[in-house]
Amino acid sequence: MDLLEFARGPALQWAAYILVAGTIWRLVGILLLKEKPDFSEPRARGGLGAALKVIYTRSFTATPFKKATLYPKMLAYVQHLGLFAVVLLFVPHIVFFEGFLGFGWPGLPNNAIYLLGVAMVVASIALLVRRLTSPVLKLISNFDDYFSWFVSVLPIVTGLIIPLRLGLRYETLLAIHILSVALLMIWLPFGKLGHAFLVFVTRGTTGMVFERRGAKT
Amino acid sequence: MKKSPTVGEILQAKGVSRRGFLKYCATTASILALPPSMIPRIAEAIEQARRPSVIWLSFQECTGCTESLTRSASPTVEGLIFDAISLDYHHTLQAAAGDQAEAARHAAMEENDGGYLVLVDGSIPMGNPGYSTIAGISNVDMLKETAAGAAAVVAIGSCAAFGGIPGADPNPTGAMSVRDLIKDKPVINVPGCPPIPTVMTAVLAQFLTFDTLPELDKHGRPMAFYGTTIHDRCYRRPFYEQGKFAETFDDKGAKAGWCLYKLGCKGPITYNACATAKWNSGTSFPIEAGHPCLGCSEPNFWDKGGFYEPLSTGQFGSGAQLAGAAAAGVALGALAAAAGRRRQAKFTQEG
Repeated sequence: MDLLEFARGPALQWAAYILVAGTIWRLVGILLLKEKPDFSEPRARGGLGAALKVIYTRSFTATPFKKATLYPKMLAYVQHLGLFAVVLLFVPHIVFFEGFLGFGWPGLPNNAIYLLGVAMVVASIALLVRRLTSPVLKLISNFDDYFSWFVSVLPIVTGLIIPLRLGLRYETLLAIHILSVALLMIWLPFGKLGHAFLVFVTRGTTGMVFERRGAKT
Repeated sequence: MKKSPTVGEILQAKGVSRRGFLKYCATTASILALPPSMIPRIAEAIEQARRPSVIWLSFQECTGCTESLTRSASPTVEGLIFDAISLDYHHTLQAAAGDQAEAARHAAMEENDGGYLVLVDGSIPMGNPGYSTIAGISNVDMLKETAAGAAAVVAIGSCAAFGGIPGADPNPTGAMSVRDLIKDKPVINVPGCPPIPTVMTAVLAQFLTFDTLPELDKHGRPMAFYGTTIHDRCYRRPFYEQGKFAETFDDKGAKAGWCLYKLGCKGPITYNACATAKWNSGTSFPIEAGHPCLGCSEPNFWDKGGFYEPLSTGQFGSGAQLAGAAAAGVALGALAAAAGRRRQAKFTQEG
């Protein structure tokens, strides 16, 4: 078995098992926790509508903080949208998803994907520099922050290197790329990257609790 | 003993013009990535070379490699170069059989000891010597005996080079490649199912010209032909970059000649010269004919997933295994939640 066969086979297979088991473990573990007793009289029902409202409104910065957070917010949007576009709109990736979903969707030309990938990496580096140069951010950052940054940027970097070759063989670079994706899949449920599947659950819960208490959301 | 004619004399006798011969030498120099100044040297060396003795051994194979090398659509200089070697043993092509054939092999080995080439097509069964024998001799014994006095061994086709289809899972005959068995002689792999005739003759031309073996890659293949991928040289590559793909064999994309990646093309991981050397006197190659590359010049190509499965398709195992992982996640989550609830109850009591 060569490196590519290992990456495409057992590595990706075990990464998928860990991703599925880990994600469900985290979600079930949180959703089955006992709700904190609330003895106060609810000011509103705090239903699904409240959850959806906060999921939407928290996607944008509140007016008083707009100026102060404009730079990191813009970078974060470039990073996230770039990542989504590269993962979901690159045709070989779509074929990958089609392999187990059974359906595909239109993709973007490769050059557009390369451009978005570079933008994502540049934004990620800028965010890392900000984290390292801001005393407050540096203080509250731990291994999880840095490792999560590393495993999310690595697949994009290894993917961008494939067409450049840099003296290495295509199948070796492809294997390294797939292994970096496997690393991301394994880490995703357990570190701060878990926000990928928890962000809307937590935001929704916050919305429901806040509305129940009568807070403006 | 009568001196054998030179390759130049043979080509002249066959009516090959000087212009045609030099054209072949220029093409060979180009294929071998040699400078134009080497063309006269190639021409001189080939013209003056005595017919090299070649012993061709066919083991577990389908004769496709021999067909590829001998059945060109029209006579070519490459074909005549191939004719110009002294093919002293080839049990598919030779008229002699049995003891006479084996006597011819032994005679060639004795007369050219240390200087002849051994060409092998087909893999060697190691599970049981009786799986494949020639004149009652097992393939492995014949290979070792013949290779002992050879200058070099050339493994023609993927079966000889890597085990090929006989070696595919579950490898019922215990098929092995030439390189697995011959360790004390230079072994050049010329894989493909079948390999390109031009590649074969160019390897012979290099041997005749420089009396050296070509630079090889990690799989023992000549770098000049197996140095780049099919994808790198494919005329459909711009469509790959533009994101234009044929989805089926008869859709708009297929008719427009778009990239065959989604139809399972293994061009990106296949090192061969099909896209440049082409087949049938330079007519086309499989992708040009509308079929994805199968990756036949790569080791174990038969066992690398479906031919029509796109390269980027992951191999996740079965849906049942993923469902098992999900069930394990539910169980772990429930245990974590139960532990959390116990802690919550403890805090509530203490609080």
